Amino acid sequence: MSYARPKFRHPQLPKNELGYTSDYYEGSISTLCAGCGHDSISAAIVQACYENNVEPHMVAKMSGIGCSSKTPAYFLSHSHGFNSVHGRMPSVATGANMVNKDLVYLGVSGDGDTASIGMGQFVHAIRRNLNMAYIVMNNGCYGLTKGQDSATADDGSKNKAGSVNHFQPIDLASLALELGATFVAQSFSGDKTQLVPLIKAAMKHKGFAFLNVISPCVTFNNNPGSTKSYDFVREHQEATSTFDLVPYKTEITTKYEEGTTKSVVMHDGTLLQLHKLEQEWDPQNRLSAMNALGNAKQKGEILTGLIYIDEKSKDLHDLLNTSDTALNKLTQDVLCPGTEKLRDINKSLR
Amino acid sequence: MVGLETRVNDFVVKFANVNGTGSASANLLFTKSIFRMGVYVSPKNFFPSNIQGLPTWYEVRVNEKGYLGRRDGVDLMVTVNAQSLKSDIEEVKPGGYLVYDSTKMLHSEYIREDINYIGIPLMEMCNKEFTDPRQRLLFKNIVYVGALSALLDIEFNVLENLISEQFAGKEKLIAPNIKALKMGSDYIKANYKYPLDIRVERRNLTNNLIMMEGNAACGLGAVYGGATFAAWYPITPSTSVAEAFGEYCEEFRVDKDGKHNYAIVQAEDELAAIGMAIGANWNGARAFTATSGPGLSLMNEFLGLAYYAEVPVVLIDVQRTGPSTGMPTRIQQSDVLLAAYASHGDTKHILLFPSTPKECFEMTADAFDLSEELQTPVMVMTDLDLGMNDHVCEPLEWDAKRKYKRGKVLSAEDLDKLNSERYGRYLDVDGDGITYRTIPATHPTKGAFVTRGTSRDEYATYTEEGPPYERNMERLSRKFETAKSYVPAPQFYHAENQCDYGIIFYGTSTQSAEEAIDILKQKGIYLDAMRIKSFPFQKSVEEFIEAHDKVFIVEQNRDAQMRSLMLVELGSPSKKLIPVLNFDGLPITADLIVKEIEKKLTKKRKANKI
Repeated sequence: MSYARPKFRHPQLPKNELGYTSDYYEGSISTLCAGCGHDSISAAIVQACYENNVEPHMVAKMSGIGCSSKTPAYFLSHSHGFNSVHGRMPSVATGANMVNKDLVYLGVSGDGDTASIGMGQFVHAIRRNLNMAYIVMNNGCYGLTKGQDSATADDGSKNKAGSVNHFQPIDLASLALELGATFVAQSFSGDKTQLVPLIKAAMKHKGFAFLNVISPCVTFNNNPGSTKSYDFVREHQEATSTFDLVPYKTEITTKYEEGTTKSVVMHDGTLLQLHKLEQEWDPQNRLSAMNALGNAKQKGEILTGLIYIDEKSKDLHDLLNTSDTALNKLTQDVLCPGTEKLRDINKSLR
Repeated sequence: MVGLETRVNDFVVKFANVNGTGSASANLLFTKSIFRMGVYVSPKNFFPSNIQGLPTWYEVRVNEKGYLGRRDGVDLMVTVNAQSLKSDIEEVKPGGYLVYDSTKMLHSEYIREDINYIGIPLMEMCNKEFTDPRQRLLFKNIVYVGALSALLDIEFNVLENLISEQFAGKEKLIAPNIKALKMGSDYIKANYKYPLDIRVERRNLTNNLIMMEGNAACGLGAVYGGATFAAWYPITPSTSVAEAFGEYCEEFRVDKDGKHNYAIVQAEDELAAIGMAIGANWNGARAFTATSGPGLSLMNEFLGLAYYAEVPVVLIDVQRTGPSTGMPTRIQQSDVLLAAYASHGDTKHILLFPSTPKECFEMTADAFDLSEELQTPVMVMTDLDLGMNDHVCEPLEWDAKRKYKRGKVLSAEDLDKLNSERYGRYLDVDGDGITYRTIPATHPTKGAFVTRGTSRDEYATYTEEGPPYERNMERLSRKFETAKSYVPAPQFYHAENQCDYGIIFYGTSTQSAEEAIDILKQKGIYLDAMRIKSFPFQKSVEEFIEAHDKVFIVEQNRDAQMRSLMLVELGSPSKKLIPVLNFDGLPITADLIVKEIEKKLTKKRKANKI
């Protein structure tokens, strides 16, 4: 799409606590296909950052290569971004994160970037519980190279050219759970109501927050027979609980029927309230969440919502016991042992 | 008894051990005792890619003239490994000595008429004296060191002091170790004529010098250079760089409250290791990775990104024998071309070539300045010999007034001063090809951009148009040209060129090349010498080549990679540059260099006659 975005904004656009209107969180014009699911996710990211009262310059946008990895240019133009190489975003994010713990790391990847070329880095970022939100815009195909099946394409799914995939799909959410991810959620790019709070919670989670978003490829994988098309996902999405994020110190006003709400206190004091607890698993129990994903899969459903959370998890900084001051702010007087110490070292080498 | 001529402070001792039997610390004890007696010493490990059971050798050259390169031929072989006995015996020079465990009789096939046999019943002695099986094994090594102290006239109290220092805090171990040393020394004194005609005499040549492994020096250089983050993947021979960095950080970078002013991540592979180091540098810290050939191959893609997106990163490449897995525990200088042009597309990288641990320390620290000033990867090209062997060198130095050079980084104040001027990440404001970068989170509203491996214009906006792409690539060339004034200049051995022939060398070929120059001088062959310390080459490198009829290039690889780099970069006439090569996986010797140069000069004379 190459049209100019109108600069006009309603003069009374509401402002968040920082005094920013939501357009302040936007990026440049998307060059993805009209109707691409990824653009809806970008819009949800803008909304989530606005609602979370995020300072844009305190967010680092990380991505790899592919349609999805282009999107960091389309949101948060006041944030630094790093569009790295194919499948290698987790490593770049790890290094960046280790030297500045004060930023929010928002990683965006695709199913090719994560489930194929980047599988190695993806699983190890999970193992280390790297403190970041990792969003996969999952369309089951390689869009930028014109529609080849990806590793998340379902067995039996038909692509636009009419060929049927017979390989087993990699279920990223199950994999993340298995590997010990401390926040696992699934959603659908067409369900902004569900997606925005999930992104907000993922960004607030301390540890590796994985968000698998089914995001149809309108050009190459939106045909009948595809299991990643808008129609198919709408029909088979099993939306679970809804939830609210209540910022720390905000009075809880909405009342829900007793027994239908579960409250989880996140590390910064934010209250995550899960509603409609008729769901048949406990999102604070990994095994129960894994069962739920497995059961849904058996029924041919796509389970969406917050699947699992360990709100007390220790992230990589905790595990490595890094200083409270971000490493990139340490100055030479702290870093360099100096001339005297070197004399002692020389002495010990004689 | 056949004998060698009396040679004081000039001989080679080699130890033939079994991997994993604790010989390393005994052998180091031997080396250090000679160093403490003020004599130059140069130990080299030849070890297999194995943890336990295979043969391993430790060769020590003692040389008071200060020639520290490897020398062929063994004057005294200590053998405690039956597996390699036959070939070990063959290596002893005529008139030399074989020290062996005489608990079992030597088979007649191992008897050479032209060498001397010194049998010590090591196993029998240790079994009698010690009850613990582990101690019986370990003390065999200490007993032979004790025996050598008598044979080579090493001062016993020097050994005693070293043992006391080694076991400070574990005093219980001092007495049995000294007892084992005495057992060896007493046995020689009771049974053999001592000292031998090869021996050590106290000098005061090494008073101010240090003995250190290059990898430890790189690790320490990274601490002094201000690195706060390291990511690495285990690979011989670079592993001990990351380990040394970690150990020095534990010593110097832990706060009073126990918090770490550093982070080290053992990555899942080399791709991730360099990706992490790049991410950390992008975020304004100094970070590095260390690897060897196979890892460098994997890192190519990321090196291209760092070059093109202009993110600083430091890489310590401890070279080993390639291609592929090659000989993982043997030395080569064979990553030169791969490193210089790593990655697809038009790329060139800054390389530094240290030749001593002191230079490993300095060049690693310097690499962080260079990489931030030039906003590009900098690779420190060391090797297995330098990295994993102890080397005697000048003490490490650090100028108390030295300040880290962070290069062109804009602060929040700088960004505010831009006023209405648009910030251009890739805008060549100064004309030197180096542009101004911003670190994430510097300013709430200014200076943000997307770092990318795709083409972009001066303002970091994605573009696939030809002209901005070309402007950017040409600017990167300009920057590489600028780099020539930043990187260390070559070392020249004479104030001005005096000879028709020149010799060029770098890294760990240096020690043997220097010795070869002296030997050739005695033979009436005079050479001007230049040691390369960095790439890109400066004008002086070109001038040196131009000033000589022939230039020998000493390298430890098959294809004369540095020579190729000179042919490509300087357009030097290929006939003029004559390769002198060693690539068998062992450190190059002066003898080889001398022989090759003599051969090439004789050929030329013969050709002239015809």
